[in-house]
Amino acid sequence: MSQFLPDPVLSVRNLRLGIGKRYEILHGISFDILPGETYGLVGESGSGKSVTGLAIMGLLKRPLSVTGGTIHFQDRDLLKMHPRERRQLRGDRIAMVFQEPMTALNPLVTIGRQIAEMFVIHRGMGWPEARRKAVEALESVRVPAPEERAHAYPHQLSGGMRQRVMIAIALACRPDLLIADEPTTALDVTVQAGVLELMAELCRAEGTAVLLVSHDLGVIANMCQRVGVMDQGRLVEEQDTRNIFTNPLHPYTRGLLAARPRLGSRTPGQRSRLIELDEVVNAKDRGRDMPTLITPRGPQLAPETRA
Amino acid sequence: MMRFILRRTLQMIPTMLAVILIIFVIFSVVPGSFITSLMSEGRNATNAQVLSHLNEQFGLDQPLPVRLWNYLSGLAHFDLGISYRTREPVWNVIEPRLWPSIKLALCAMGFAAFVGIPLGFLAALKPGSVFDSGTMVVAVSGLSLPEFWFGLLLMYVFALNLGWLPSFGYQPGSIRHIILPAIALGVGPMALLARTTRAGVLDVMNADFVRTARAKGLAEPRLVRSHVARNVLVLILTTMGLQIGALMGQAIVIEKLFSWPGIGSLLVDSVAVRDIPVVQGAVLVIVLWFLVINMLVDIAYALIDPRIKVS
Repeated sequence: MSQFLPDPVLSVRNLRLGIGKRYEILHGISFDILPGETYGLVGESGSGKSVTGLAIMGLLKRPLSVTGGTIHFQDRDLLKMHPRERRQLRGDRIAMVFQEPMTALNPLVTIGRQIAEMFVIHRGMGWPEARRKAVEALESVRVPAPEERAHAYPHQLSGGMRQRVMIAIALACRPDLLIADEPTTALDVTVQAGVLELMAELCRAEGTAVLLVSHDLGVIANMCQRVGVMDQGRLVEEQDTRNIFTNPLHPYTRGLLAARPRLGSRTPGQRSRLIELDEVVNAKDRGRDMPTLITPRGPQLAPETRA
Repeated sequence: MMRFILRRTLQMIPTMLAVILIIFVIFSVVPGSFITSLMSEGRNATNAQVLSHLNEQFGLDQPLPVRLWNYLSGLAHFDLGISYRTREPVWNVIEPRLWPSIKLALCAMGFAAFVGIPLGFLAALKPGSVFDSGTMVVAVSGLSLPEFWFGLLLMYVFALNLGWLPSFGYQPGSIRHIILPAIALGVGPMALLARTTRAGVLDVMNADFVRTARAKGLAEPRLVRSHVARNVLVLILTTMGLQIGALMGQAIVIEKLFSWPGIGSLLVDSVAVRDIPVVQGAVLVIVLWFLVINMLVDIAYALIDPRIKVS
């Protein structure tokens, strides 16, 4: 790392996740996120990008657990922290937006109260004051008529609006790091762009670093300065976003890029087959008797060669 | 809200009609009548003339549709008919039994809720623990033990051996008398509630919005209080509503066992002597209780869950 670069907000080193000791899900991944930077994690389903986000949040569910490595947040090792300390960090300094806005909000509680809760638990405010702040938060995510909407229940809002509420909750305490796990995947394409732009804008304004987990290369290209490509529990490539589209190094990344749907690539009556990532994904070889769930393949990115 | 209550009340009428029809048909099919049961008691009713006189007096000589019609038109004036046995209006026979029955049902449900819901909650918060397994063993036992046997056991231990509580009978206003029958009656619902609560809590704990709440940094007690409890309550309420509605009917055995002067024991006594008007009245009261409780549960739903619209 160059000495001119600021210290990273988040520094993941050799992170390993497993189901018990026998099965490994993540085989030691390492990356840094700089203050204010948007870092993309891209990969196909099951490559381990979401669990990476959950591991940083400390929200892994049994039987999944961290089996090795470190996660440093502003020079403090999250994994060695007292659970209470870590919980206080959650939502306050590190926040998360989830994929499913439909189910991610409590159906029986007004959205105003769900936002206000952040100010109550992290800022020690009383409910009336927190409620006022919640209306401001709704306003900042451009929910129309925030005063009235604060009294609405999640089912009365559209998916896009709910995701805006989720963003309002996540950014309520002006966190240093936002983990966005497929934040727009469940949304209608027409509102995706708006929600992403809003998120980017608010994070830029506050200098919040973002870890954006997505399988959508278009989203990644628009949002991120740097991208890490994940495949089967490994980080196989890391590059500046510009470079990864023009000069993908890892064969898996090339395959992933080639698998993008392109306008005009399909003419009526002349369908092309879905591109198989054959040279990389070798289903036959995926280990049956191997001690890990996933067989290593392809070159791996050594920490010292990373950008 | 008022329209909702009104509509639900009107909806009860067809249900009640169906119940009346079924009771009428059943008692016209089962062998024996009030007259024959009088005879078996050795009363002087062997004479054919006496028989026809009695039949005429009670209107039993008329065909079933006519009897049904007479009964229904009586009901329209809130007249449940005259008891064959006591020759009193049926309502006068049922009314003194009503409050003891309701009291028993409510106390049994209170016991079930106070014990079952916390047990289920605690079991769910530590799934797989000794406490969890222990609770579920108790719950399954509670569900599978015949309640009369459990009632006898309670009597044996607390009344006979320890002498703490009276073994039977009813005294207005006496709490001591209601404890044993309420526990005996409530143990089944308690077990069911414990299981439902446990399953509900586990279900809600896995919900996405609970993960969101964790991501917000909520401490576990607050998380359970403000995000889990209310969502589980909706589930618990369903079970409780069904249980408390059914309790008055289920109380028949317990009421007999503890000599509790409720609707259940009245029903058994009246069936034995084929006192049909009282049987019909008692069944109607039990059905009405069930329907009213269900309506109250639906109203409670609407108050708890904003997704449910009353109208």
